[in-house]
Amino acid sequence: MVDGWFTGDGDDFRLLGTRCAACASVFFPREDVHCRNPGCEGGELAEVALSRRGRVWSYTDCRYRPPSPYVSDRELPWEPYALVAVELEAERMVVLGQAAPGVGVGELAVGMEVEAVPGVLGEDPGDAGTVWTTWNWRPVEVSA
Amino acid sequence: MTTEVAVLGAGMHPWGKWGRGFTEYGVTAARAALDDAGLDWRDVDAVVGADTVRGGYPGYVAGATFARALGWQGARVTSVYAACASGAQAIDVARARILAGLSRVVLVVGADAAPKGFFRPAGGERPDDPDWLRFRLLGATNPVYFGLYARRRMALYGDTLEDFAAVKVKNAALGALNPHARYRARVTPEEVAASPVVADPLRLLDICATSDGGAALVLAGADFTRAHAESRPVRIRAVSTLTPRYPTQVLDLPDIATDSAAGVEPSGEPLRTAIVRAAYEEAGIGPEDLSLAEVYDLSTALELQWYEDLGLCGAGEGAKLLREGATALGGRTPVNVSGGLASFGEAVPAQAIAQVCELTRQLRGEAGERQVAGARVGIAANQGLFGHGSAVVVVR
Ligand SMILES: [Zn+2]
Repeated sequence: MVDGWFTGDGDDFRLLGTRCAACASVFFPREDVHCRNPGCEGGELAEVALSRRGRVWSYTDCRYRPPSPYVSDRELPWEPYALVAVELEAERMVVLGQAAPGVGVGELAVGMEVEAVPGVLGEDPGDAGTVWTTWNWRPVEVSA
Repeated sequence: MTTEVAVLGAGMHPWGKWGRGFTEYGVTAARAALDDAGLDWRDVDAVVGADTVRGGYPGYVAGATFARALGWQGARVTSVYAACASGAQAIDVARARILAGLSRVVLVVGADAAPKGFFRPAGGERPDDPDWLRFRLLGATNPVYFGLYARRRMALYGDTLEDFAAVKVKNAALGALNPHARYRARVTPEEVAASPVVADPLRLLDICATSDGGAALVLAGADFTRAHAESRPVRIRAVSTLTPRYPTQVLDLPDIATDSAAGVEPSGEPLRTAIVRAAYEEAGIGPEDLSLAEVYDLSTALELQWYEDLGLCGAGEGAKLLREGATALGGRTPVNVSGGLASFGEAVPAQAIAQVCELTRQLRGEAGERQVAGARVGIAANQGLFGHGSAVVVVR
């Protein structure tokens, strides 16, 4: 769907953005042509892995099926999923993403620590076998 | 030199789901505005259309589409697209032509025939379009963004579902008094609570619907207005159209992420506050001067946010202001006495123009049962997709 937005598996999974060599601004989704800082003369935009963990800025869910181009199987009843906006401390930015399967709004709270994990956006109904991957936000397990 | 622009006429097509073309709504609104101004269409020397993107080519070239339907008469023409801010930017263009001495009488028109249900981006595979991406990758509809802001207010300020419902109850009661509104029934807190959740924590009755509708204004400069012997002098004193300042720190439609503040310290002034401040500065007024305000209540929670952005109260005090009745009809600063988008629904290119139609009626004292007593100064504020922000200040 989109190239170069994330990489790795398991504990190595990371969202990818770019960072301006001149002003240190970070961009996600990645900005590969021009730095968007109006006060920056423009530097090299190099790929950078974003912080794996952040804190919930806010969250909500989709109780109704979103319209296309979101792809969902209309033969199946709609299963709501949660969306989480996550504040990354080092990058000082908020990144929106779907919550990991099984994580509903009841499991979320503003300020909670979450981490980016690999997820599945869907399978291509016309091209069996093609699985679209994505990023999910999942609450960090609190160890006792 | 002319420094103010007069509103000579205001007209609307009732909002609803009529199943007809947007041109018809726009032409009805335009004719009503011309009637209200006591002018003939051939007196207009420029027409500015607020575009819709859901009408095919005629929708993308709204100025000429309305001009053709009204009858070609050789007027100058402009078409403007700025999503939800389209109408305000159309007013801005008309006003600038008049102030520059390029036009004497300008017709501004916006109208739309909205799709059913959620707004969605144009078709095709378009991964270079942030609006397409947010739907394709996240299924993030507009109510999702409204839900995020609402949940954030609950966590930060202690707003409750009852506070949100009270906004709907207030606006529905006002919409019941407005013949142009789509929804004319009062709503109870119980009805809001019983409506299904669309995007947690917001329910169906917390979120504004999509609608058909049209609105139009006839604007003119001071010389023409004097010669026309206008007895109801309503004037536009400011139009602010602002982009955000980098780095934005509020997650906004249609973006998947905010800018990073790792390289630049944020200004600390979010877009909505900046829009309003610029309008106040241009008009030489402050929040204490407002008789009323029309704001985009795309959700009930968002109306509370606007109270704070307008400077009617401090950050986090929106719900308290509502509970005190300050923003109800009869309160210190009534907000959305038209019934708001809660009662109208979204007809995107028309709604910012409709806000100014309401301010015009209010400032003339022609608003009937929903009249704000002694109204002298009004503001209409909105925000459109992709960083368009607009506000219009109208005075008597
Ligand atoms: Zn830079």
